[in-house]
Amino acid sequence: MQSLTSRAKQVDRSPMTVVERLYLWNIFKGMWITLKHFFRKKPTIHYPEEKRPFSPVFRGLHILNRDEEGRERCTACGLCAVACPAEAITMEAAERVSGEENKYREEKYAARYEINMLRCIFCGLCEEACPKDAIYLSETFAPANYQRKGFIYGKDDLLIPHPKENPEEYQKAVGSRAKAPANA
Amino acid sequence: MHSSLLVVDWFFLLEKLIMIIAIVSVSLVIAMYETYFERKIAAYLQDRRGPNRAGPFGLLQPLADGLKLFMKEEIIPNTPNKFLFILGPCLAMLTAMMTSAVIPWGGTIDVFGRPVSLQIADINIGILFIFGVVSMGVYGIMIGGWASNNKFSLLAALRGASQVISYELPMGLSLIALLFITGSLKMSAIVGGQLDQLYNITYQPLGFLIFFICALAECNRTPFDLPEAENELNFGYHQEYSSMKLGFYLFAEYINMFISSVVMATLFFGGYDIPFVNDAALGQSIGANWLAVLEAISLIGKVAIFIFTFMWIRWTIPRFRYDQLMNLGWKGLIPLSLINMLITAAVVLWLKK
Amino acid sequence: MSATQILFWFLSALAIVSALSVVISKNPVYSVLSLIITFFAVSGHYILLNAQFIGIVNLIVYAGAIMVLFLFVIMLMNLNQDNEPQKNKWLKMAGVVSGGCLMLVFVAAFKTSEVNGKIAQTIDGNIGLTETLGKALFNEYVVPFEISSILFLSAMVGAVVIGKKGD
Repeated sequence: MQSLTSRAKQVDRSPMTVVERLYLWNIFKGMWITLKHFFRKKPTIHYPEEKRPFSPVFRGLHILNRDEEGRERCTACGLCAVACPAEAITMEAAERVSGEENKYREEKYAARYEINMLRCIFCGLCEEACPKDAIYLSETFAPANYQRKGFIYGKDDLLIPHPKENPEEYQKAVGSRAKAPANA
Repeated sequence: MHSSLLVVDWFFLLEKLIMIIAIVSVSLVIAMYETYFERKIAAYLQDRRGPNRAGPFGLLQPLADGLKLFMKEEIIPNTPNKFLFILGPCLAMLTAMMTSAVIPWGGTIDVFGRPVSLQIADINIGILFIFGVVSMGVYGIMIGGWASNNKFSLLAALRGASQVISYELPMGLSLIALLFITGSLKMSAIVGGQLDQLYNITYQPLGFLIFFICALAECNRTPFDLPEAENELNFGYHQEYSSMKLGFYLFAEYINMFISSVVMATLFFGGYDIPFVNDAALGQSIGANWLAVLEAISLIGKVAIFIFTFMWIRWTIPRFRYDQLMNLGWKGLIPLSLINMLITAAVVLWLKK
Repeated sequence: MSATQILFWFLSALAIVSALSVVISKNPVYSVLSLIITFFAVSGHYILLNAQFIGIVNLIVYAGAIMVLFLFVIMLMNLNQDNEPQKNKWLKMAGVVSGGCLMLVFVAAFKTSEVNGKIAQTIDGNIGLTETLGKALFNEYVVPFEISSILFLSAMVGAVVIGKKGD
């Protein structure tokens, strides 16, 4: 029979030799293999103390972005919700009233913006769909939770810290690999 | 031994009591840390790191495990034999601890002018005593397994019983060959014959191999852990046990492992003799007490090597099938140990003329 | 009363009580366990006589191996009180009579034997020690010893023949 791969190996069914039947020699060979593993370098990463660096294309939790003055970029256009293949995003739009110009960049903003992290597949299509660079995927992943509703992230969870009032937290949330602000 | 039966010698009683308490607690602590090292070694052999959270290097892990076992709910299944159900783990623990009575842990030390030998009972039939107690050990498994009122446990109990009986035979036969050479059943005499001499392993390599394999089987260690085969019998005879009763069974296994390592070290590797050192000369230069301490450390070192080997084997070799186990015992080891015995007898006779 | 005597009486009482419970107890597993306790008591007696070898071999062979097999069989048969067949009344009577006869024979035998004059050597007798025993067995009694071993061999061969019959 023609083999499917080049790695196929014929099973050896010849009767066992005396050495094989003694069984001891093979045991010693096996023990030697495990002993070699005993001294091998362990690949484990001690998680809370050491963290594995994420790859540069890692797609983690979403962040709702602000511009450099700290105004929310999102205009609640709904393109991300349309793009989302898992239908994880819901939002409610509201109109900006006067006096809120320092809070929202456009006249329309998202009053409610929720992502169900249990549905989300972290494909990043929302990031690509967004015309305002308002949403992007960060370098963290969703922490464990006891309840399902704990995984529905609202605006308070998603919004990036204010760049003026809380610059340290902002820098941390932006992360090391963030590109320069698009509208700069 | 018998003088205490007639006249109560209080010093003697006190000395033996202290010895018993010391040895029992040492065995318990060693058994505790065996669980830790079992997990560590298993992890290292599998390229993992093992427990490292409780205390430095996870050294407090056994305490945490013990606490967990104590805190667990005590469940007694619906069985008509509650007494036997509780007796099972007690017997397992008792027989595991009893063997340590005849093992010489070191030479004689000098306490306030009183020579104290580091052995609880130097009886005439030391090695047979160990044998007798080990053969009792199977009752712990059998009674526990039967009283659990569970078919898996019963099957495991039967497997355990037949396995222990089968492997006691080659063990005894390989010992007989050893006893031809030592000429005594006394543990102290067996060690005494090896002090500063060649160890018995040089005369009895095959006997040692057989003894070692049988010791694995008697301790129910992999590759002979059929009584507790997880994937066939759901943990076998201690399936219905919970809390500290389960802990007793697990502990008994580790104590058994420790004791059988000590027995092997004593019989075949010179017991408390310090290798490559002339003990008698060393004793004269540093005093008997320090010598005894060093000797005890040397024994523990030998035991540690054996325990490591036990664990190494456990995490390397897969479990035997039951018919393979019986074939190995009855068709492999018994004829082999018989041949070993005959050859040894012939050689001993030939050399003595 | 010395410690040896206390031990003697304790072991004797233990042996008798456990031997009785072998006969009396309804559950066969308890019977086997009582029998094991009896063996222990008897071994204790041997050790009091300084017959350490016999004592421990009694434990290894009887309590450690044979009783395990007994227990094995009884556990597998799953004997309960319910499925034990009701015995005939006459059968019970016959049992009592034959048992009584056996006891009569024993009593008569012990009466004529001269054990009264001899006191067993406790503590320092060396009859039961391994060395003495081995010398006696392989010098004076070597022929009966070997004959009995042939008996065991034939029993073993018989067991193998019976076991092989099915194949």
